[in-house]
Amino acid sequence: MASFAQLGNDLYTGKRSVNIVGRRKLWYTIAIVLMLSAILLPQLRGGFQFGIEFRGGSEFTVSSVTDQNQTTASNAVLSVAPNSAPRVSTVGSTGVRVQTDTLASAQGNQVRDALATAYNVPATEVTVSTIGATWGADITGQAVRGLIVFLILAAVVMAIYFRTWKMSAAAMIALVHDLVLTAGFYGLTGFEITPAAVIGFLTILGYSLYDTVVVFDKIRENTADAALMSSRTFGETVNLATNQTLVRSINTSVVAALPIASILFIGAFALGAGTLRDISLALLIGIIVGTYSTIFLASPIYAQLRELEPKVRKQNSRVLADRARLSVDA
Amino acid sequence: MAQSTAVKKAWRTLLWLGVVFVVLTGTLAGGVLFSTATWTPKLGLDLEGGTQIILAPQTETGQTVTSEQLTQAVSIIRQRVDASGVSEAQISTQGGQNIVVSIPGIPDDQTLNRIESSAKLEFRAVLAASAAATASAAPSATPAAPLSDVPTVAPTNASDLNWITPALADQFANFDCSSAEARNRGQAPADKPMIACENGTAKYILGPVEVTGEMISTASSGMAQTQSGASNGQWVVNIVFNDVGTTKFGEVTTRLNGLTGNQNQFAIVLDGQVISAPTTNAAITDGKPQISGSFTQASAKTLADQLKFGALPIGFTVQSSDTISATLGGTQLLNGLIAGAIGLLLVVLYSLLQYRTLGLVTVASLVIAGLLTYLLVTLMSWRIDFRLSLAGVAGLIVAIGITADSFIVYFERIRDGLRDGRMLQSAVQVGWKRAFRTILASDAVNFLAATVLYILAVGNVRGFAFTLGLTTIVDVIVVVLFTHPLMTLLAETRFFSSGHRLSGLDPRALGAVYRGRAQFKEPASTTLSKGKRETATREAARRQTIAERKAAEANGQSPDAESPSASSKSASNGKNS
Repeated sequence: MASFAQLGNDLYTGKRSVNIVGRRKLWYTIAIVLMLSAILLPQLRGGFQFGIEFRGGSEFTVSSVTDQNQTTASNAVLSVAPNSAPRVSTVGSTGVRVQTDTLASAQGNQVRDALATAYNVPATEVTVSTIGATWGADITGQAVRGLIVFLILAAVVMAIYFRTWKMSAAAMIALVHDLVLTAGFYGLTGFEITPAAVIGFLTILGYSLYDTVVVFDKIRENTADAALMSSRTFGETVNLATNQTLVRSINTSVVAALPIASILFIGAFALGAGTLRDISLALLIGIIVGTYSTIFLASPIYAQLRELEPKVRKQNSRVLADRARLSVDA
Repeated sequence: MAQSTAVKKAWRTLLWLGVVFVVLTGTLAGGVLFSTATWTPKLGLDLEGGTQIILAPQTETGQTVTSEQLTQAVSIIRQRVDASGVSEAQISTQGGQNIVVSIPGIPDDQTLNRIESSAKLEFRAVLAASAAATASAAPSATPAAPLSDVPTVAPTNASDLNWITPALADQFANFDCSSAEARNRGQAPADKPMIACENGTAKYILGPVEVTGEMISTASSGMAQTQSGASNGQWVVNIVFNDVGTTKFGEVTTRLNGLTGNQNQFAIVLDGQVISAPTTNAAITDGKPQISGSFTQASAKTLADQLKFGALPIGFTVQSSDTISATLGGTQLLNGLIAGAIGLLLVVLYSLLQYRTLGLVTVASLVIAGLLTYLLVTLMSWRIDFRLSLAGVAGLIVAIGITADSFIVYFERIRDGLRDGRMLQSAVQVGWKRAFRTILASDAVNFLAATVLYILAVGNVRGFAFTLGLTTIVDVIVVVLFTHPLMTLLAETRFFSSGHRLSGLDPRALGAVYRGRAQFKEPASTTLSKGKRETATREAARRQTIAERKAAEANGQSPDAESPSASSKSASNGKNS
């Protein structure tokens, strides 16, 4: 991996450089197109698929089944609860899952026993979940409240730490971008939105900002007042800082994504749908999108916000004028 | 070479880490030996198997409950769950609105119904009373014929002893207040007599319900006042009834006042437990009785709260109920651990690939972080009954990445120092200053996210937020107490300071130029010529004054805007993240 370290050196010195800030219009266009598709395309598909936690209902999972015949399950359920509209699916290689309309505790237990008898397993092998229809709404309500509180607090903390609201604003825009894209992925692929997925979304908030803080810290360092004297325009200084942290950004996202990918792998293949898969799917997408948006969205937006300042504009025109004069001299 | 201050400090810091470990392990060991702690963390229901019911308490008018009422509701639910003989049940509140009941195993229908039923406060006349302990003294022979449970003479009022049928009398005689059944009397029909216990110390046969909790307007505790208005230092509980309650309570006390012995008492029953059984001193027709006795300030307040609570009977709606089989729980735990192991392995491999031997520092730091997290989680599950759930395990696995990132940030800063031509020792120290700030800031944001999630979230989200927050703190501890001192010490070794090819800190590979004693050398090997000119320029620039630098810039020594050349900052700060 010497070449990767080499890349790091070149990015650090500026020998090689990805023109991120300069091509901001391109990144903005990409972001807008992606976000619009993330919002619009799922509508065409019929909107989000919400998990049972949001619809309300009962769910039975039978483990250690020898024969995964699905009619066995629906027959067993209908024999006890005729109007429960069972939907049967298989989980992994030894599990069967049945979702029904909400059942009362007693009826739920009867269904459990019926399923256990039908599949010839002890009743203890059957997992029962009953969720009231308002539960999902409650979770969502709490999650949205948490989201708002977090956004406000994080914006304040960042504004204080970086001593400028512009970094907060840029980070928040990137964050919204991440959330919209991740939610759009769910809408597009038809993966169910479960509370576990909501946990994943919420964690993206933390991760996305975490990532942005690391890069912004470097930008702040490079753009400290002294940088106004340098031979670079403000945008170029930001660009260098972003490039200098590029190796770290790549390493970090790979290191963060690896364990999550392994949860996703295990969660999806060994366990079937469930908490692990739902959390990790949202996280994996969020980390990839979050790393991307920090580099290609947060940094250019910040540069642009700062370039509105007279002081920065003056510096830019001075640098550009110097350069023009130099090329004439040469 | 004499040990530098940095090295001495590093040893001292490592010593502190040792102290932290010894203290945590010692506390846990003490807990295991002398208390209820265990060497492994307690597991949540989704990993252990069991039932989790999330209840939303609601008043009968459909209002949500106040936090005071929620506390009451929790204690009622706790009583009910204890009564069902379930051990190891965990009852907690979440999000300020919900009660989470976690029960190992699968509860029977009866237990479920009991937990879900609403709690009521009732006033019943006492028919008979005895000390609870006498119950088991004389187990009566089982009667040949079943005893009659129908009153021979129809009772005329709630205090009529005809309510006590032979069957009830026999049941009462054998009633054991410490039995599970005794603590499970919440659902007695209002128009029938019942047996109830008070604190496991006294048992009563009570008549049918005469006054219900809804008839109470308010209740308060305070000091009793003498007729002159002075306080006599005795704590009392004052009840104010509404109109219906005033009439009803008036009737009851008028009747009871004329009776003697136990029949003079009435019992206040909350959810099947007698919370107080005062004697009647007078017929109270103004609807403002006062209960006096050997109250302390606390016990008077408790009773008043319970009475107030009774004025708003609370029902429980089941928000969600989950039963996880032990097999599924075990499978989930195993798979979670496998996922963690694979994730960790991948991170280790990637670190070694990227950072060579330096990757081992990452591995060692992750191991230390892992041990510390394990100790903390185990201590938490002992002290605050924290249960590790699947979402919590996911939080731990996610944390591997965030923790490893701190090391990456640090290493990259050290490398930047080397690129600037610093000696390793100084690159480590300067890199640390920069990296630590970044790590603190980013961890603060992460911790903020975890805290907000934890406070506001319901259900699974909490376990996740908890482990995420915990590991964020562990991350800071490990990076300060372990990774940095370790780097300081490693920087002293020949292997690292000479920039061995496998050390991951090879200045040549990093494009830096070896700088001897205050002396700048040209790189010897031609293979190292890359970046030479830039570095040299930078080195020269470092020695310039600001004025010179500005002049140089103006003269176009760095015509290419993207080239580093005389960046005014690269000299003084071994920077980069």
